[in-house]
Amino acid sequence: MTDTLTPVLTAHWDEPDSFLLAGYRRKGGYQALAKALAMPPDEVIAQVKESGLRGRGGAGFPTGNKWAFIPQGDGKPHYLVVNADESEPGTCKDVPLMMANPHALIEGAIIAAYAIRCSRAFIYVRGEALQAVRRVQLAVAEAYEAGYAGRDILNTGYDLEIVVHCGAGAYICGEETALLDSLEGYRGLPRLKPPFPAIAGLYSSPTVVNNAESIASVPSILLNGGDWFADLGTEKSTGYGIFSLSGHVTTPGQFEAPLGITLRELLDLAGGVRAGHRLKFWTPGGSSVPLLTDEHLDVPLDFESVMAAGSQLGTRALQIFDETTCVVRAVLRWTEFYQHESCGKCTPCREGTYWMVRVLDRLEHGQGTDEDLDKLLDICDNILGRAFCALGDGATSPITSSIQFFRDEYIEHQKRGGCPFDPAASTLFDSSGPAHALGGGR
Amino acid sequence: MAFSDEALARLEPDVVAIISRYPRRRSALMPLLHLLQSEEGFVSDDAISFCAARLGLTQTEVTAVASFYTLYKRAPVGEYHVGVCTNSLCAIMGGDQILATLEEHLGVVPDEPTSDGKVSVEHVECNAACDYAPVVMVNWEFFDNQTPQSAIALVDDLRAGRPVTPTRGPGRLCTWRQASRILAGFGDGQAAEGPAAGPASLVGLRIAREQGWTAPEPDQPGVSSKPGTPDGTDRPNSTATKGASR
Repeated sequence: MTDTLTPVLTAHWDEPDSFLLAGYRRKGGYQALAKALAMPPDEVIAQVKESGLRGRGGAGFPTGNKWAFIPQGDGKPHYLVVNADESEPGTCKDVPLMMANPHALIEGAIIAAYAIRCSRAFIYVRGEALQAVRRVQLAVAEAYEAGYAGRDILNTGYDLEIVVHCGAGAYICGEETALLDSLEGYRGLPRLKPPFPAIAGLYSSPTVVNNAESIASVPSILLNGGDWFADLGTEKSTGYGIFSLSGHVTTPGQFEAPLGITLRELLDLAGGVRAGHRLKFWTPGGSSVPLLTDEHLDVPLDFESVMAAGSQLGTRALQIFDETTCVVRAVLRWTEFYQHESCGKCTPCREGTYWMVRVLDRLEHGQGTDEDLDKLLDICDNILGRAFCALGDGATSPITSSIQFFRDEYIEHQKRGGCPFDPAASTLFDSSGPAHALGGGR
Repeated sequence: MAFSDEALARLEPDVVAIISRYPRRRSALMPLLHLLQSEEGFVSDDAISFCAARLGLTQTEVTAVASFYTLYKRAPVGEYHVGVCTNSLCAIMGGDQILATLEEHLGVVPDEPTSDGKVSVEHVECNAACDYAPVVMVNWEFFDNQTPQSAIALVDDLRAGRPVTPTRGPGRLCTWRQASRILAGFGDGQAAEGPAAGPASLVGLRIAREQGWTAPEPDQPGVSSKPGTPDGTDRPNSTATKGASR
């Protein structure tokens, strides 16, 4: 029987030099690379396929299949782009990974690049986490120095250049095609798919875009075997992943476990919801997936089970809110975020998020009408599936799910002519005393 | 302000290095904007013209990019730019109170520096540190688990020139311009400073160590060294959860 927690990527984060090459090598680092480079590239892809690894950035597409889609012998350059632009609200796994274990990411990138026959890889790192940027830059420099990157890697004749590219503050660039536009020096606007990046990605060449955690999982798969990874987790959601607990929990933090663990188990480990309070709602995978409630504590956190429960596993960003939290306030703020981050390309998303903020703001301040909830649902209906990328879809998730579970709370705002909650009761510090001014809209 | 001959000569090797990273010149635009922001503290019209000339773009094309990304500032911000996360989770955990307190304390509007040029404040979106909520960033370094009082002390220290240490970062906070230079791809030698991981990042690992929990060994997959959870209840085997969805 598998242990409740299975630290792999996080296994050495408590060692002071875990982010340095010396610390990484002491724990077996870069052995997977040597093993991979001794295999034909297709065998590397086969191992990753066998592992069943599914994208850790939220969508859950099988990583090995993505690699296999890259056409071979096409005479075009191939590119690997690592998406380390972590910015989905609630998601806080890739940044600590890059701070504490950047070499797993670099080793995985080199293996992936070798597998897809690419000689240039880009790591697109979110700009707003300076120490993560520094550590990735240092890890790349160390990898070059040690002969793991650059020309004739480990005397195999394989060449790879790795470039660290820093983002500049745009959530949309976490979307893979917007990221590619951004990397090409444009505004980060999503592209219509197809063609998919595997056919026409960076500079219109075959490109694999993988999430940072997906790529960092690759060395363990190569070292231990695809079957080792596949034996962890559930049948269709294999392997381990980092689960991030935040909000109203006693001990928030990162928990690396096989997929399929439940929130109840994770909350037990984290000391439960903060003392004296109870769970009201939570996100299983960031703000772009439908909210769940205390009815869903025992849903196995794997792709299929969360989907069957009406939400999505997303990025395993478990944001916990207790009964002091106004769900309308939370949803309004998320919606303001989507409005701000909508790139403006698609009308339903651009206009829809704008108007949803207006309606939600009215509702939160008790000035809504009976028709406003229907209006919100109607706007959601007009956004969902009608934009190039998933940002607009994500914007509808908190709204439709909160109305599904907490319709009465929306109506209560209207009845009382204002928000029935005290924001001071939700804070993690004592904010009693003189009332703090709270800006609802911005 | 136009770039001086001295500045242009000094920046030239960096500009060449940035352009050489990419197969196509235009890809150099974002790091170039970071670099020029490190020179002037913001992206000036001269910076726009410079990028356009070096990359064979129009000024409109460069402006379109510079205005799309929130990290590029078109007007000067403080030497220490403070970002308070007010996305839903941090806002509810106290970020709203922290932002309101700071704006009142400093008497500034978003992105506008204090009269001494030291500090500016804006609200930021989720900064990937939710397990340290409420989070405040200064020049994109983490200041974890903040309160209104700690945030006031932070900006007062910054204005007074007292040394300030990020929670998870170098011993001494860099300036806004130095931060922009790192984002352009030029390290400042501070990567090895600070902890590998903060306390929240280690919560799961610590429990695993206490319980003796590990990932299975490759030769004996699925075999547990010590089953059970801290409260003594056995967790169902993950394979047993396969059909348990509802």
